[in-house]
Amino acid sequence: MRVVTLTINDQLLSGRDDETILQVAKAHNIQIPTLCQLDGLSTWGGCRLCLVHIHGSDKLSPACVTKVTEGMVVETESERLNKYRHTIVEMLYTEGNHICSVCVSNNNCELQSTAQNLGIDHISLPYLYPSRTVDASHERFVFDPNRCILCTRCVRVCDEIEGAHTWDVAGRGINSHLITDLNEAWGESTSCTSCGKCVEVCPTGSLYEKGKAGGEMVKHAEFLTYIEEMRKNHK
Amino acid sequence: MPSSSPINAPHSMAPPTDDPRWRLVDTTMRHYGYAPNALIETLRIVQESFGYLDAIAMKYIARSLRMPLSKVYGVVTFYGLFRLKPPGEHTCTVCLGTACYIKGAKNLLDAVKLCTGLLLGQTSADNKISLLSCRCFGACGIAPAAILDGQVIGNLNSSEMEKHIRKWTVSK
Amino acid sequence: MNANNLNNSKAQTIRSNDDLLLCAEREKDRQAQYKQNLFVCMGTACQSCGSTEVLKALSSRIKDLGLEKDYLISPGGCQGNCSQAPLVSVHPQNVLYQNISPQNTNDIIGSLKGSPIKELSCDNQSSFFARQTRIVTEYRGLLNPERIEDYIAVGGFSSLLKVLTQMSPSQVIQEITCSGLRGRGGAGYPTGLKWSTVAKANDSQKYVICNADEGDPGAFMNRNVLEDYPYKILEGMTIAGYAVGANQGYVYVRAEYDVAVKRVENAIKNMQRLALLGNSIGNTSFNFNLEVRVGGGAFVCGEETALIASIEGGRALPSPRPPYPAESGLWGHPTLINNVETYGHIAPIIRNGSQWFANIGTQKSKGTKTFALSGCIKNTGLVEVALGTTLREMIFDIGGGVPEGRKFKAVQTGGPAGGCIPESQLDASIDYESLKSLGSFMGSGGMIVMDDSSCMVDVAKYFMQFCAAESCGKCIPCRVGTVHIYDLLNKITKGEASLEDLSQLESLCDVVQNTSLCGLGQGAPNPVLSTLHFFKDEYIAHIVDHICPAGACGPKGQDLRRPACVL
Repeated sequence: MRVVTLTINDQLLSGRDDETILQVAKAHNIQIPTLCQLDGLSTWGGCRLCLVHIHGSDKLSPACVTKVTEGMVVETESERLNKYRHTIVEMLYTEGNHICSVCVSNNNCELQSTAQNLGIDHISLPYLYPSRTVDASHERFVFDPNRCILCTRCVRVCDEIEGAHTWDVAGRGINSHLITDLNEAWGESTSCTSCGKCVEVCPTGSLYEKGKAGGEMVKHAEFLTYIEEMRKNHK
Repeated sequence: MPSSSPINAPHSMAPPTDDPRWRLVDTTMRHYGYAPNALIETLRIVQESFGYLDAIAMKYIARSLRMPLSKVYGVVTFYGLFRLKPPGEHTCTVCLGTACYIKGAKNLLDAVKLCTGLLLGQTSADNKISLLSCRCFGACGIAPAAILDGQVIGNLNSSEMEKHIRKWTVSK
Repeated sequence: MNANNLNNSKAQTIRSNDDLLLCAEREKDRQAQYKQNLFVCMGTACQSCGSTEVLKALSSRIKDLGLEKDYLISPGGCQGNCSQAPLVSVHPQNVLYQNISPQNTNDIIGSLKGSPIKELSCDNQSSFFARQTRIVTEYRGLLNPERIEDYIAVGGFSSLLKVLTQMSPSQVIQEITCSGLRGRGGAGYPTGLKWSTVAKANDSQKYVICNADEGDPGAFMNRNVLEDYPYKILEGMTIAGYAVGANQGYVYVRAEYDVAVKRVENAIKNMQRLALLGNSIGNTSFNFNLEVRVGGGAFVCGEETALIASIEGGRALPSPRPPYPAESGLWGHPTLINNVETYGHIAPIIRNGSQWFANIGTQKSKGTKTFALSGCIKNTGLVEVALGTTLREMIFDIGGGVPEGRKFKAVQTGGPAGGCIPESQLDASIDYESLKSLGSFMGSGGMIVMDDSSCMVDVAKYFMQFCAAESCGKCIPCRVGTVHIYDLLNKITKGEASLEDLSQLESLCDVVQNTSLCGLGQGAPNPVLSTLHFFKDEYIAHIVDHICPAGACGPKGQDLRRPACVL
């Protein structure tokens, strides 16, 4: 491990060479939008919102997986990046059926706050209006695929932290969807431990506790970093 | 899920039925040492032997390879090769590669639709004919081509296609 | 084992160059016993036109006549000119018969003593054959792909033994680097550089993978090469294994290519039998083994990180690079991934020297490339040409142009990440840089010719539908963006789009191209962008005049918005 110095948005900063651009930026209060990334889980690199421009590279790089190097010069904001992020979030809105006013996570939703931070006030792409059925078979939780953005945080937390691997993604492309076990009802799952970790890490109102009404569902993903610390100390 | 089988001896697990075809499946998994990378090959062998993959087969493979059920289902639905339902008695696979498309693969699909009413991916109600497509099976030199019951036929036109399909619909 | 007891030993193995030469001599003697060698093409096209029956008829007729000792009938590899299938070649008479059926059996056998039958023979000196330069497809149609001895008789495995006994791994890499060989999968990354990166990686376990998941629709070069020259590919992989320090290799083949899978499996068995695979190859300390992995039919497996995920048994999802497979690939170990054709060049380069190879091709694109010529063209089939050949030579001299009465419109190269090149650009040379500058892509080598009945918007829509269906779904721009682009193109082909839709289309292409995770998404907008560049007038005609000039999206001249006549 080595300490390196780099420039992010004209600020001269230092970080460890095993850290990512996102980690160094966060440590210095520079906000880069993310949806799939979550501290304590493996990186996924699928939402593409954290793409940044690195001087000397003609391709954009995802800040969540790109390690910092000595002398690196990074731009996290530009008109072009803003346009891309804008369009990607719009794509998510058109892909599902997101109706904030009736959503349990209204005002506590990462998709919503990302859209607000980007200044999105309308969707210019046509809505795809998929037909998706809500799974309320679990005794404590509900899965509403209409609000799912396929960030796979639930899949990863269930596999990596809980060790149950109840969730996975089935199908491919636009037909990708979350499943439990062999695409069976969640309530019938033989592998689910009902720990609720998936609900806490879900960035939207797709996974929530039964009985919550519009805007009542507040998620707490901080447990992940505690678990990570605890497990490290036990070793 | 029954947890009776000892965790270190997955091969001691009994197959779902005494159908001899499971022996081939077991041999495949053993060849790979019951490692996770045996999954796709094992699924392929099951499909080749039984024609499709059902929940019983997927559960058996998942347990034998000590793998989550959802992971097996995710893999099965990712690859175009795997089927969750049995195919029809006859299958017609129309190639939709670029060369075939340019040379009128659409007309071949229309021809099949005309005499069977089937759309891409469908199997007739009497389970006689399945209409499938393939992204390209490399017979571009004789485009447009189709595979009818395993036989590659090239330079097809709609009326020839119709003739082939009629043979299936008429014959007993 | 020395040459003397090789003759008597049942389990013959090849441990030295002498063993190899002896094996080659014996095979040549065997072939020389026959007055003529007949090869019946067993390629996909010929088989579908009945070459199996031709082979059976010829063999049984020869048997009936008691001429088995005079004439050898073998299944052979593809001759290349698939439009004249089925094909039979006769050597040393040097005749190629076309459109053969079992009825021609007697005539052909009758002519073996005398002169060839004019009416059935195909001009094998025509420009289709004469303009080709063959490295990967050397000895085209003259090798029985099932027999390892056939390959050994024409110098097979001499490169492997040369490398093992006379060259150090770094010398091998040096030789490949000097040859200027670039990846034949499409992107054109320097092969020597790739090899040296894997060689430098510090790990006791490394892997070599051959990417034979040829996914481009309209491309069948890898299928062909793997079916006809399995030993050449495996020899290349084994040399690569020695050069980078790997002891295990995988050939990842699409399940649809069942013949290729069987031939490669058979080739591996034969190599193991002769000790050309396994432990202590060539009496050296080099151990190497190969296995086939059959792909499940997902285009994204062409992406190397996705292919690795698939070999590991999971969903073929690409992962962000770096880390590159050269540092951390299969099961986290350094992995070399090359395309079938890249491996096909290795043995010839070692045998003939890097300088020989570097003299073929252009300044930056060395050597030859195989192309699958198809679509609206007279001579469809597989051809191999020196890089730097112009598109015009390819389409009009080798391909014979478009059939009578039709007009050339565009040629599509590079598959779903490629583009459509119009008539005005046909003098461009076929090499990595020139195709890229035309907004297309070398790709794996599909070359589909389109005439004036093809609509460019419809073609763009076709590719977008393909990409949307093959998107793995991991990253948002590719998963959702391709669907939106497809919907817009569909709207245009129905005559219902506006000029605002056109600018939204361009904007979406920009987003998908620059933000997608892997090559599939990054390349997906190319067919749209290239047709927009060269054929914008067709887009405009659909949008402003609501007509399809080619008559593909609706009857020529008719308003696309009018419902189709129910009668």
